[in-house]
Amino acid sequence: MSDDIKKFMFVNTKAPYGTVYALESLEVVLISAAFDQDVSLVFCDDGVFQITRNQNTEASGMKNFSPAYKALGDYDINKLYVEKESLEERGLTLDNLMDLTYEDEDDDWAEKPSIKLVTRAELADLMDGQDVIISS
Amino acid sequence: MATISVEGKEIEVDEEGYLVNLADWFPAVATEMAKIDEVDLGDDHWDIINFLREYYEEYQIAPAVRVLTKAVAKKLGKEKGNSKYLYELFPYGPGKQACKFAGLPKPTGCV
Repeated sequence: MSDDIKKFMFVNTKAPYGTVYALESLEVVLISAAFDQDVSLVFCDDGVFQITRNQNTEASGMKNFSPAYKALGDYDINKLYVEKESLEERGLTLDNLMDLTYEDEDDDWAEKPSIKLVTRAELADLMDGQDVIISS
Repeated sequence: MATISVEGKEIEVDEEGYLVNLADWFPAVATEMAKIDEVDLGDDHWDIINFLREYYEEYQIAPAVRVLTKAVAKKLGKEKGNSKYLYELFPYGPGKQACKFAGLPKPTGCV
């Protein structure tokens, strides 16, 4: 199995509600974790809204599934790249995003942030290194 | 739509026995589902069922069995957070069966 590890990158570009893309992508990500692959997530364009704090979906009648992103660390998914330009274009900073963390097995289970801010150019390099990119 | 009868109430379940409306759950529902599966619920089962309900409350997902095992180990200790122990309690799989008793949907990421 370890010979077959591929690098999967899930690129999230859409707002969390209004379409099913964000939720469906999250479900695929959680399922992919069962296969011990190297999984990373990208939040860019309106996708950055998927992981903003204090989401309230009451008026829309949709389920607020944002707490599920906090479980990603439990699923050993701890590479969450947020595109810096996308945040800035929407007047957001890292403080507007949820605290998404994981516990580092190799460092006495220390809690570490999963979110990493990257520039558009850095993101392009990261994409270059992937085996599979799934965008939604 | 299938239903199960609990304390005089008809509760809707899907074709695999999971609750259709998560809000329909109360403890006797778990007891009735367990009876159908021929499982006698003891305190050890309830520890896991309650743990799953808390997990769902916090994260809005039913954890995959691998994640459940790790989380139980952290909260209730290593002697409970291992798959042998959990499979003894829930022979049809701690993810699937325990989530069903707890009134949760089928776990995300369980294959």
